[in-house]
Amino acid sequence: MSTAVTSAAKVPEPIATFTATFIIRRFDPEVDEEPRWQDFDVEMRATDRILDALHKIKWEQDGSLTFRRSCAHGVCGSDAMRINGKNRLACKTLIKDLDISKPIYVEAIKGLPLEKDLIVDMEPFFDSFRSVNPFLMVAGPTKDGKERVQSPVERARFDDTTKCILCAACTSSCPVFWTDGQYFGPAAIVNAHRFIFDSRDEGAKVRLDILNDKEGVWRCRTTFNCTDACPRGIQVTQAIAEVKMAILRGKP
Amino acid sequence: MPKRVAGTLYRGREGMWSWVLHRITGTAIYFFLLVHILDTSLVRLSPQAYNAVIDTYKQPIMGLGEIALVAAIGLHALNGIRIILIDFSSFGAKHQRAMFWVVVTLWLLLLAGFVPRQLMHIFGGGA
Repeated sequence: MSTAVTSAAKVPEPIATFTATFIIRRFDPEVDEEPRWQDFDVEMRATDRILDALHKIKWEQDGSLTFRRSCAHGVCGSDAMRINGKNRLACKTLIKDLDISKPIYVEAIKGLPLEKDLIVDMEPFFDSFRSVNPFLMVAGPTKDGKERVQSPVERARFDDTTKCILCAACTSSCPVFWTDGQYFGPAAIVNAHRFIFDSRDEGAKVRLDILNDKEGVWRCRTTFNCTDACPRGIQVTQAIAEVKMAILRGKP
Repeated sequence: MPKRVAGTLYRGREGMWSWVLHRITGTAIYFFLLVHILDTSLVRLSPQAYNAVIDTYKQPIMGLGEIALVAAIGLHALNGIRIILIDFSSFGAKHQRAMFWVVVTLWLLLLAGFVPRQLMHIFGGGA
């Protein structure tokens, strides 16, 4: 009898499926003058993610649908897009967390040049990232050639901003960035913060100088869209405020 | 399917809408100040002209405009304190959402005290 129970428990329960409607903003530069909306009905499970829906559309309905994705597990930062009006990673947004009685809107992130469908040109974003010197700046090697020692407390000071995956969800959620492409944007400031408050780094002054600019931290209007959009839960606006204070103090 | 080609409106939360309100009220107050400096400076040119201008402010439409002015300045001032706290303290950045609703509550209390009295002034009730 015990065998019967075990084998019965092994039969997997069928997972309920339902049809969800996706309205996706398409743009093919070779055909379209302007972006257009196209809708797709997709058979989904509650445990599926938006990325699964995009895959199903691409593989089963329209192979021309274009989007970026790599790891599909929220680490590579390739698939940031605007889902129901908010910047999210497609691979971290579950269908069950959305209202499927209404269509789900998916479109490219805002403020960066649209290339095709859900793909934007990320180069201006990475240019801002590069310009804050996102690497350890030191005068030279340590005296005895050993590692640079850091206490757990010193490490914890900038722990939050080490989590950035450069997906651009924050920068492209910022109303200031939409209208002023020269603004460094939250992501670049987060990555500057990561080194400014690192006790081993000696380039804080340089970075604070770079960000103490009309297009630097002072462009931040504390809308908190970036904090809400960050898929890694980084307190982006707070990090920007800390850099503002560091500039006022003249040191980290 | 939506006809418009433009993207959807970004669905920001309290932070974004408080910024939008701050911008609108700020711009409105700027234009008020412009007019206010002009009408006040009239007194140096001619007190009669000044009185004539100030008399037009006693019309009901201007009284209603004053309600809008107090509402705009009240919101801008209270939200300005919220923004200062966000920029200068980690408390502010953590509790910005709650602080927005505190701002709205204080603003409504302010208007509850002012609007009935102002309406009596305009339409002559009560007094």
